[in-house]
Amino acid sequence: MSRNLILGTLLTALFTGAALLSFLWTPYDTGALVIAERLQPPSAAHWLGTDHFGRDILSMIMVGARTSIAVALVAVGIGMGAGVPLGLAAAARRGGWLDEVIMRGNDLIFAFPSLVIAILITAIFGPGATNAIIAIGIFNIPVFARLARGAALPLWTREFVMAARVAGKSAPRISAEHILPNIANLLIVQGTIQFSLGILAEAGLSYVGLGAQPPVPSWGRMLADAQTMVALAPHVAILPGLAIVLMVLGLNLLGDGLRDRLDPRLRVVRA
Amino acid sequence: MSVSIGSKYPGESRQGRDGAAPRLLEIDRLSLHIHGRQILDDISLEIAPGEIVALTGESGSGKSMTALATIGLLPPAAETRGALRLGGADLLGLSEARLCALRGREIGMIFQEPMTALNPVMRIGDQVAETILVHKAMPRAAARVRAAEVLARVGLPAERVPPSRFPHELSGGQRQRVVIAMAIALRPRLLIADEPTTALDVTTQAQILDLLRDLVREERMGLMMITHDLAVVSEMADRIAVMKAGRIVEQGETRALFREMRHPYTRQLFEASRHRADLPGARAEAPLLRVDEVTRRYPGRRALFAPAPGLIAVNGVSFEIRRGERVGLVGESGCGKSTLARAILGLEPVQAGEITLDGMPVYSQGRPDPSVRRRVQVVFQDPYGSFNPRHKVGRLIAEPFHLLPDPPKGATREHAIAEALTAVGLQPAHAESYIHAFSGGQRQRIAIARALIIRPELVIFDEAVSALDVRVRAQILDLIADLSRQYGLTYLFISHDLSVVRGITDRVLVMRAGEIVEQGPTEAVFDRPGHCYTKSLLAAAPSLPQPPGGGESDAGQPEAR
Amino acid sequence: MLSYALKRLAILAVSLAVASLVIFLVVEVAPGDPASYMLGINARPDTVAALRTELGLDLPKWERYLAWIGGMLQGDFGTSYTYRAPVAQMVTERLWVSLPLALYALTLSTLIAFPAGIYAAARRGRAGDIGVMGATQLGIAVPNFWFAMLLVLLFALKLRWFSAGGFPGWETPLAALKALTLPAVALALPQAAILARVMRSSLIDILHEDFIRTARAKGLSRRQALWRHGVRNALIPVLTILGLQFSFLLAGAIIIEQVFFLPGLGRLIFQAITQRDLIVVESVVMLLVFAVISVNFLTDLAYAAADPRLRAAR
Repeated sequence: MSRNLILGTLLTALFTGAALLSFLWTPYDTGALVIAERLQPPSAAHWLGTDHFGRDILSMIMVGARTSIAVALVAVGIGMGAGVPLGLAAAARRGGWLDEVIMRGNDLIFAFPSLVIAILITAIFGPGATNAIIAIGIFNIPVFARLARGAALPLWTREFVMAARVAGKSAPRISAEHILPNIANLLIVQGTIQFSLGILAEAGLSYVGLGAQPPVPSWGRMLADAQTMVALAPHVAILPGLAIVLMVLGLNLLGDGLRDRLDPRLRVVRA
Repeated sequence: MSVSIGSKYPGESRQGRDGAAPRLLEIDRLSLHIHGRQILDDISLEIAPGEIVALTGESGSGKSMTALATIGLLPPAAETRGALRLGGADLLGLSEARLCALRGREIGMIFQEPMTALNPVMRIGDQVAETILVHKAMPRAAARVRAAEVLARVGLPAERVPPSRFPHELSGGQRQRVVIAMAIALRPRLLIADEPTTALDVTTQAQILDLLRDLVREERMGLMMITHDLAVVSEMADRIAVMKAGRIVEQGETRALFREMRHPYTRQLFEASRHRADLPGARAEAPLLRVDEVTRRYPGRRALFAPAPGLIAVNGVSFEIRRGERVGLVGESGCGKSTLARAILGLEPVQAGEITLDGMPVYSQGRPDPSVRRRVQVVFQDPYGSFNPRHKVGRLIAEPFHLLPDPPKGATREHAIAEALTAVGLQPAHAESYIHAFSGGQRQRIAIARALIIRPELVIFDEAVSALDVRVRAQILDLIADLSRQYGLTYLFISHDLSVVRGITDRVLVMRAGEIVEQGPTEAVFDRPGHCYTKSLLAAAPSLPQPPGGGESDAGQPEAR
Repeated sequence: MLSYALKRLAILAVSLAVASLVIFLVVEVAPGDPASYMLGINARPDTVAALRTELGLDLPKWERYLAWIGGMLQGDFGTSYTYRAPVAQMVTERLWVSLPLALYALTLSTLIAFPAGIYAAARRGRAGDIGVMGATQLGIAVPNFWFAMLLVLLFALKLRWFSAGGFPGWETPLAALKALTLPAVALALPQAAILARVMRSSLIDILHEDFIRTARAKGLSRRQALWRHGVRNALIPVLTILGLQFSFLLAGAIIIEQVFFLPGLGRLIFQAITQRDLIVVESVVMLLVFAVISVNFLTDLAYAAADPRLRAAR
């Protein structure tokens, strides 16, 4: 196993583990406000200190990981679930009207960055984690659709697909049986990348108040709250950010490591 | 502008004065390892000015690596021993900077794939001029003039192909001419050509070979020519070195080498190159496949306001194949032969005409009819691309069962798989392996097994042996002939390679620009071509010399006829 | 080339039309009536009705859509419900902050990424490459608004080289540029990390192409082949990313403006959301989408300029 893969797996496991653990146990209750203990630096009692309401930052980060991972994961699921079939269909009907419609639709979604989608949704339904999921998820659709189509197109001219057509198999069946397994690695790698981008996007949306609403802890909100306190107690602003960086870094390393491992062509290049 | 070349390499002038044969390139006991693996083993070779020396052998024999070693472009991990002298000076010890000064100026190189050998975003004139400019051989304006001259010399005069063209505006043959122009712009003393015509059509190949021959004679360059094609070698080379597994097994003057063929490997290559399969006699039965006035048009790219003119790939083609016949379809790339094959397979709709099998149309109401389709199977060209790498061989060859209304299951299915594998000379146990475990030749056998498994009547071979080395190709052709005898199959054999078609078919169709220009019994067409296009194809195709022991003019003919 | 540009232009027009329709319909389904929202809960129904007429809310949907589009084409973006001021004027003022910020960041990111990417590709596998790749790995993991907070902490609060936020206006160009510097750096670095990686991998792909070998056989050194034949070809995929980056930068600018209290589009749109000033939201979103689509159009043209195959093919 490569160093990337090990480090990436460890970091991802660490945060996922912390998020899962937070369902059962956190060092302190994140709902309890203890004003007397506000803005304490890291100590034996509070390993990562406390915020301006006296809440334990470690506990907040653990519960925040839950929000981040949930939002990003569902958003990737939406992107893959809708994008991959669309991309495969476009590739199967390459050059036809269906391909044209799907690709132009993709271009159109690309014109709405996820923040803009979030703004539109929030303007109508008000802010919330669900809206963040939808906004990031919609933006993920064209990413996966383009990727799937681009990877599937050269496969359609390959002779093993021709052979399947000679055997009378239909386009959807060939897509499922021959195309999808051959682009799965690529989709997995892109999935980890979109997952990490989703975490960043969720943090950004929560930071500007379009994502998860209080009292649900989220990393972006913690940073927004810490902003005015940054001179007084820098750790309140630094630590949640560090959590984001490590989580995203872990996912990216995992993606790189998986790519090197799954794609023999790339492994040869590295050798 | 430049320093006299002779002064840089005292060795050459000395040898010249001594009156000994002037040696331009001297490869002296060259060995090459990459990551500890031996690639070249004790290679010794010499090339004199004005001499064409061919390196030949099957893939993996080390011929391309010898070329790369000579021009100093080996991969970084390469370790060499021995000496490689150009005009007496050893190139192996030279610094990268000295090598750069040498490449393009003293040694030029031409590569196999003209479609990708040129920078797509740079004008061809500039690419030729770059050779001159990078060596600071002339001022910019003079370099442009010289570039235009060289392009004209290789057959691309400015009035027909201006130097301001981009590579994508040129055909494959024209691009190869540009690559040659870049290589000879500074009149190097040594030219290396690595499979320079392998990617080209036979008529283009003949033109490029003529051009190379003329250049070598005129400019007194030495030419190291690398090719797997013995026929090309025999027509081009003054001397030949036959390589196998990193060694030169035999080398000598061309005619002498073909006369003597001391090494068994040379003889094997020679025999395999002129191999004719032993076909059973053709039966004249009722027509099986009938292609009637078939036309296949591709719509042009839709422009903004008007539809662009389309491409007519197949234009009103008619022919029939009788049951048990082996019919060849020859033509150059882009002539429409593969499109025609796909139409017969029901993979592409036709705009006009009808394709019927035993009187039943392949298409009914615009959709391919499965009951007709299952009677036709295909073997493709690329032994590496025609299988899904993720499935086991058993599943791969059973795929055509999908065409049957009631596909066999369980033991019947296993039995059919085992039978198909055995028929093509493999073991039933191979069904459990993945495709990457097999060599190119074995993969073509598996492809044939896949085509046979549902007992088709017509099998289409689309360039099915073109990617194989000659000895493997001969074995596969024998297998194909054998299967035709055993199963009474009908073949449509598509190839650009005339000699292959000649050896495996009873009748041949010659296709050009979407139309069939000539058809008839194979031997008759090859011996007395009627159409001028067939004549030019046959004239352009390089041929092997007569076999040693001479006399028998028809040694290649199967006796069993 | 001309027909290619015309075709792209047609796509641009259609995309804009569809996007505007989508935005209009989405805002239409928004619950709540702007007129009653503006006047408060206690407003009398006839006052609300009068305001609805004044705002044109009682007209049929398609008429309002056409009026909105027609107005925008003439530079009239409507009137803000809350401020009772022309939206066009409000947006123009804010654009003078957001647009320079995005362009500043784009310039910085290109200036950092291109040399870094080319350098790393040229020294592939060696220490320099590993260093650059490590830095970019970190760069893409850092959220830009958090990075912005760190910059404020270090350069504004500790070192006091820059102010922590605010914008003095373009009357004093140098001061304005200075105020935009920290935000631009915060925006640019993460984007530069992505761009550098794309540049590197695209260049490495190109260096495996046959024509690089041809160039080496002509006598070009590794370095010459990289610069003369590699970089220009590698630029073609990089251009796509550069086009995409602009939309990310514009969106990112909206967030970064919050960190530095910059009076840009971001501030405007968040105020508008809290006040349910939908006409402002609608217009700003349309403007952002317009910017993204036009930049994509320009990218397509740049693509064709860089690649002669595209020019001819269509």
